[in-house]
Amino acid sequence: MKKLLTHNAFPKAVLALFASAFLAAPTAFAASATLDKIKSTGAVTMGVRESSIPMSYTTGDSRFDGYHVEVCRMILNDIKAKLGLSTLRINYQPVTSQNRVPLVQNGTVDIECGTTTNNAGRAKDVSFANTLYVEEVRIAVKANSGITSIAQLAGKKVATTTGTTSVQLLRKHEKANNVNFDEVYGKDHADSFLLLESGRADAFVMDGSILAGNIANSKNPKDYKIVGEVLSTEPIAIMVRKDDPEFLADVNAAIAQIVSNGKMPGLWNKWFLSPIPPKNIVVGLELSPATKNAWANLNSKPAEDYNKK
Amino acid sequence: MALDLGVFCKSTLDGEAVDHCFSSLFGLGQNADPSYLDWLMTAWGWTLAVAGLGLSIALVLGAIMGTLRTLPDTGRMSRLLVRLATAWVELFRNIPVLVQVFLWYHVIPAFFVPLKALPSYWLVSIALGFFTSARIAEQVRAGIQSLPSGQRAAATALGLTTTQTYRYIILPMALRIVIPPLTSESMNAVKNSSVAFAVSVPELTLFAMQAQEETSRGVEIYLAVTALYALTAFSVNRVMALIERRSRVPGFITASSDASLAH
Repeated sequence: MKKLLTHNAFPKAVLALFASAFLAAPTAFAASATLDKIKSTGAVTMGVRESSIPMSYTTGDSRFDGYHVEVCRMILNDIKAKLGLSTLRINYQPVTSQNRVPLVQNGTVDIECGTTTNNAGRAKDVSFANTLYVEEVRIAVKANSGITSIAQLAGKKVATTTGTTSVQLLRKHEKANNVNFDEVYGKDHADSFLLLESGRADAFVMDGSILAGNIANSKNPKDYKIVGEVLSTEPIAIMVRKDDPEFLADVNAAIAQIVSNGKMPGLWNKWFLSPIPPKNIVVGLELSPATKNAWANLNSKPAEDYNKK
Repeated sequence: MALDLGVFCKSTLDGEAVDHCFSSLFGLGQNADPSYLDWLMTAWGWTLAVAGLGLSIALVLGAIMGTLRTLPDTGRMSRLLVRLATAWVELFRNIPVLVQVFLWYHVIPAFFVPLKALPSYWLVSIALGFFTSARIAEQVRAGIQSLPSGQRAAATALGLTTTQTYRYIILPMALRIVIPPLTSESMNAVKNSSVAFAVSVPELTLFAMQAQEETSRGVEIYLAVTALYALTAFSVNRVMALIERRSRVPGFITASSDASLAH
């Protein structure tokens, strides 16, 4: 039982992987299996995250909201209209970093609206809709630390979260620039931020939205700031099953509709620059040129294409 | 589902196959960048280090606390020691081990600032050691109390002091009796060392969580980590069985103490 207590995603991930091993490879349908299922059951399952503020998170009482969740609700509304359904029930299924891909593969989740990086490795297992949010990996430090760039972090304690791409990113940076960080690993983002807060780490390297969300949630947001160059750029995208191009095309058509209706700046303003439920914090992350560019030129390029220089 | 064990020969930096996959384990080749196999071995080393240090602390403290709990009532001092040992046991076995690890890492250094300089490897070993020591103390106490009361009476009749009674009469027998539960406890220390991932010790569990995210080969990674945990725990079991066999006193703990039953 100790394993269950220490990290509940551990067994879940293993279960999900085993499940995917046995349940994968659904029978091939001529038309879209996902759309058929939605039409016949009148319900759809959306994969959401518990605490990825403001992208996808719970506002309490099994209600979920966020930038990506709202986009997905708009998409599903379009699909409901297309299928001619009078009502469409949305079931929310919380997922973790470890089980989100297997759950989409085996059909438990029809559309995942969380914070999944679109990369070439995952694209072998699942499909990604066109990117609506481009994440930039940045550095958070204490405002009075005087650190302004990654070069100043050589030999310092750098916190990051276990199970994220930032760990590998730091490793690559050390090798490429022949510097050495003293890495400390938080078990989740809140834990990594605590390492920075308590002085066990001098910096926290992570996705910009997560840094901004944690700073906004802290006791004294003014004590921290996000500094330095963009270490990596990653497209965060909505994830769907791989073997269903028709459903993916519908999702992309709905996204194109939302963008051409000019709804994106309003959505950004609502989730990143205004007070959001449940605690009415302001994330305070300005719209980046990379995200603006993704809206202007809708595409589903993987992260590898973004970091080619 | 096909297993792709080639994932362990990939570089942790660019995901390409490395030149020396297995040979680097034996020092025959040197990879420019570490492979996942190299990293797995380093992680195993951390697991062994945390478990080893934690277990050492636990055995020493557990034997002391367990002994103190059985002291005869000979005055205020002995009563104080019994209470102290009882408090120790109740404190450390009533708090979940993961919570204790967080206490040692986040809370206690906030009050005793010098502890902040201690690496997390030490803090987690102390936490694991204290937690396990409470359990070992109870086993040692059970061993001591299982001895016939005549043993202690005979020692007193011979004129031995309390210290001498424990040193020459009680502990040599009691510690032999408790070797089977100590075997389980030692194996538990190996398995419980997985909590160290929570305070940034790069051991096997942390490796599993990180490497499966980077490689998307969760099944292979978890299988390898599971095998190493099982192998480590089983080795501890064999070492303890050897100790049990070697330390046996012929004719004392009767036929039931056949060492082949140790596992």
